[in-house]
Amino acid sequence: MRVELQNITKLFGELRANDDVTLTFEPGRIYGLLGENGAGKSTLMKILSGFQPATSGMIVVDGQEHRFPEPQDAVQVGIGMLHQDPLDFPPLQVWENFAIGYPGRFVLDRRAISRILTDQARAMGLNLDPDAFVDRLTVGERQELEIVRLLALGVKLLILDEPTTGISADQKDLLFGTLRRLAHDQGLTVVFVSHKLEEVVSLCDEAYVLRRGRLVGAAEMPTETAHLVELMFGAPLPPSGRAVPQLGDVALDIQNISVRSHRLCLADVCFQVRSGEVVGLAGLEGSGQSELMRVCAGLMEPLKGQVSIDGAAVNGRGYNALLKRGIAYLPAGRLEEGLVSGLTIAEHVALVDDNGSPWLDRERALARARACIEAFAIQGAPDTLVESLSGGNQQRLALALLPRNLRVLLMEHPTRGLDVSSSAWVWQALLNRRQEGTAIVFTSADLDEILERSDRIVVLTGGHAVEPQDAGHATVEGLGHLIAEVRQ
Amino acid sequence: MSELSWRKVLLGLAPFVLALASVSALLVAVGAPPGEAYRQILQGAFESPAKMADVLAFGVPLLLCASGLLLTFTAGLWNIGIEGQIAMGAIFASAVALYVRLPAGLQIPLEILAAMVGGALWAAIAAWLRNVAQVNEIFSGTALNYLATNLTTWLISGPWQPPEGGSVHSTPIFGRHAVLPMMTGLRVSWVALLLAALGFAVVVLALRGTHWGLQLRAMGRSRASAHILGVRVERNTILSMAACGALAGVAGAMRALGTYQSLRPLISGNIGFLALLVVMLASTKATWVPFIVVFFAAILTGSQRLNLVMQLDDSAGGVLQGFLVLFAVLIGGVRQRLEAASTASRGRQPQSSAGAGPAGEGEALA
Amino acid sequence: MTNQVLISMLASVVATSSPLLTAALGEMLTERAGVVNLSLDGTILLAAALAFIVGYHTGSVPLAFAVAAIVGAIMALIVALGSIVLRQEQVAIGFVLTLLGDSLSAFVGQSYTRIRGASVPHWPLPLLERIPVLGPILFQQNVVVYASIALMLLAWWWLYRTRAGLRLRATGERPVSAYVRGVPVQRVRLLYAALGGALVGCAGAMYSMAIQLGWAKGHTRGMGWIALAIVIFGGWHPMRIALGAYLFGALKALVTYLQRTVPGAPVTLLNMAPWLLMIATLALVGSGWLERLLLSLPARLQRPARRLLRSSPPEAMGTRFVRG
Repeated sequence: MRVELQNITKLFGELRANDDVTLTFEPGRIYGLLGENGAGKSTLMKILSGFQPATSGMIVVDGQEHRFPEPQDAVQVGIGMLHQDPLDFPPLQVWENFAIGYPGRFVLDRRAISRILTDQARAMGLNLDPDAFVDRLTVGERQELEIVRLLALGVKLLILDEPTTGISADQKDLLFGTLRRLAHDQGLTVVFVSHKLEEVVSLCDEAYVLRRGRLVGAAEMPTETAHLVELMFGAPLPPSGRAVPQLGDVALDIQNISVRSHRLCLADVCFQVRSGEVVGLAGLEGSGQSELMRVCAGLMEPLKGQVSIDGAAVNGRGYNALLKRGIAYLPAGRLEEGLVSGLTIAEHVALVDDNGSPWLDRERALARARACIEAFAIQGAPDTLVESLSGGNQQRLALALLPRNLRVLLMEHPTRGLDVSSSAWVWQALLNRRQEGTAIVFTSADLDEILERSDRIVVLTGGHAVEPQDAGHATVEGLGHLIAEVRQ
Repeated sequence: MSELSWRKVLLGLAPFVLALASVSALLVAVGAPPGEAYRQILQGAFESPAKMADVLAFGVPLLLCASGLLLTFTAGLWNIGIEGQIAMGAIFASAVALYVRLPAGLQIPLEILAAMVGGALWAAIAAWLRNVAQVNEIFSGTALNYLATNLTTWLISGPWQPPEGGSVHSTPIFGRHAVLPMMTGLRVSWVALLLAALGFAVVVLALRGTHWGLQLRAMGRSRASAHILGVRVERNTILSMAACGALAGVAGAMRALGTYQSLRPLISGNIGFLALLVVMLASTKATWVPFIVVFFAAILTGSQRLNLVMQLDDSAGGVLQGFLVLFAVLIGGVRQRLEAASTASRGRQPQSSAGAGPAGEGEALA
Repeated sequence: MTNQVLISMLASVVATSSPLLTAALGEMLTERAGVVNLSLDGTILLAAALAFIVGYHTGSVPLAFAVAAIVGAIMALIVALGSIVLRQEQVAIGFVLTLLGDSLSAFVGQSYTRIRGASVPHWPLPLLERIPVLGPILFQQNVVVYASIALMLLAWWWLYRTRAGLRLRATGERPVSAYVRGVPVQRVRLLYAALGGALVGCAGAMYSMAIQLGWAKGHTRGMGWIALAIVIFGGWHPMRIALGAYLFGALKALVTYLQRTVPGAPVTLLNMAPWLLMIATLALVGSGWLERLLLSLPARLQRPARRLLRSSPPEAMGTRFVRG
């Protein structure tokens, strides 16, 4: 089954998630789809699998044009996707998960369904217990179930979105063996979406590279990883003049912090941030940056380890206590977790203002709001609702609401969704903070930003943190290699 | 007026029109002329000072509860347990009325204070269950309502029965020292009116003029964002519920010490639920609340006349109120959808923080 | 207490619990699809009144039940559509409807209080009624009691043994996964809201035409709230819901008996017990204690214990589903 994507473009408002992408998938081969965050890999595959419609472009299967209004339509043509977080039903059993969406008689025959399930699994060399509850399975097992299910439905082109994040090495080998069998022996097409270069090189026959929504290259495997890294991350920028920072004492001390969430395990992170220093946390989305920051802010409990602020241990103190100690955390979702939709700028200013009395001072709030608007160049009035502000102005407001003397500022994606001038403005504000002695830790999906703005860089990858390196000596390639988990 | 304003006016009036139409249709169906029925209701509420006093007497606990509910609604909580909080307030006030004898100026304040404590405690239980065990306050509130009712019936037919035996429908009537002083010849107490006005004023002041009120508003809109901005969300949950419970408790005290001058089963008389309707209709525009309270109280008081004069069940009033709020909620939804559609058609994209796009490569839903 | 008295008491418990069981099963279906229908109390009252009226005028019991079912379905659909189409909160609409249903029932039923109307005929099953002990308890009842028991079995079979039931559970647990597999999520929600509502309406009719004959203002008040509690207590499982419904009925019968025969019995405590249990259940599940308890069991017992004790609400209950 030959599948072609022709001139696929996907717009989210102004953002071009996919920009005129044309690719072909031939049967019997394993394709890798490479790119960093925001490159458009997942979006493209969601379009192919019917989860989202394209803004323009065509999907052609064996010479015939198709439209997929629903994921079911894609499955009927033979295209199925294994999502990064498997879309299954954790409270139900394995055989029930298999049966939903699989055609059959009205009355459920548990034995028959289980038999089909185990036969199909065994044909792929896998072992599944039909009666287990899915929420007790490992991620690898849940993936196996999804693959078995899709194949049983007659899927001929199987898309796997970042399948090897969070599974063990054994499970990975098992998965790769299965995929090779499916493609080379049974003639299926496999599309392996990933950021992990070495895996793509070892598993795939051919790889496409996306960058900022465009197809920037294709390569037959095996090939030099350096070439792929350059395609993925772009040519390095000339290093800008780097001001030597005035550093103070250690403000934030992270010792042996281990974090666990349902898909991620980050172990033994250790580094220190000094007053006035800017540390960039590099790595792909979901590598643990958010969890690490939440632990430092007191919003999440670590599995083990200790966080100290100005030398005093702060484990287990709640978020409000840490706020008093001078830590601030700005999460990525500005409206979901940072600003309150339905309140005005002035109300936000009043909310964070502690003027010592229980009474709201309207005059004072208005005056302070006007001062903030002016100081931070926010395009809005004190009575503007925050949800009407543009992304850039929301970010300025979020920064304006931070208390004056901060010891540590933890910021996720400071310039996401912002245009060039807003981004520059945000960084100027952050650098002002740095002059005041605040220690800044930030994450970004843009390696250029990390290189340009950080004093030191900590890469979170593959479940651990790499020793902090001096930004002056780092390169895009070097970082890209680390992130892509290429062993040096 | 612009087209948009016309639409606003029409949508604003629609719930009234639809509710009146529905009730009129029902009245016709049971053979009662609607115009006559409405006239009787108005007469029943306003024809004499005694009747107007009755309206006020009903309106007092209603206003107290509605004021309290303004706090919890603003904080994003559904305080279904308010009925139980009224009952607990009545119980605590009755306890003081039956067993404590103080000089004149202290007796009633102590009863009121006790009622506030009782209601606040009952509400705090539901709030605590929510904080600690994520128990939805709707279900814990329902359970606590029934528990309070059971407690009331037990007290009346058990420990608070007089030694010579009494009725299961009521405790003995409280002594003259313990009941609320009525205005001459009328069945309403100036103490009650004062407390209701005070309660409402305090709540409006708190919501509009204090930091705490702003924090509640932030919590109600977005619990997560409020938390990040430093609002103590869990503490405020308990505080707002307790404050509502205290006000509801005072309402219960009014019922026990004023209206019935004894403790009875089901002393809350559905006032708590009715207050929820009031706040839903006001949709947190606090200034409308007293008017809606008087309106509802008038309808319910006036409906009693329907029974006498037209042999019509007094539930007609309740039907009118129910339809009014139902249509208000549904039409509110229609209005929101129309607004969203017109915003989109005018080319303005509603802003989301991720720049109107997928937040990251790893999301399952765009 | 003699055997005879005990048996007749149990028979009466089965009878009086059957409307509660029916209403709880109906609400279970609605909540399993992800919709919370808070209007139960009002729906039951309104359906009870209307069914009695229809039965009185037409003499036809089936027609009365049909009207009750339609009324129940309409109430539930208002909640579901208000949530899906008008984006309003299910709880808000349900709450208004519960009060409106109460007032409407009093209004329409006002001329019909304390009169005799059609009722469901007593129908002892021919051979089964002769079985000692079980016979009089289970098989000397009327049609609606048998129907409620059959409904419980049918609901269990439907939910766990049929493809449709599997799709229902899928929709309530994770709508996005169901959507990806071709399940029409909104349609499923509307369908089961209507079906569940219809059953709730039938429960109302059961009261006024079989269990507590006739109509009086506020006749069945409180039953809806109790049904909501039983759904939670029964962990959204038909058999455990039945257990909860019968236990509740038995408790009420026990209380009545004790009040008559044993003065000074802790009647109030017994009355409070179901509500305390409900809070305890919710707290155990919500705080994660139940999960911890299950994990501490030996591995062999974990799976059956889990199937027996699972009390978490359907994950997507009360939420809105927005497709990608």
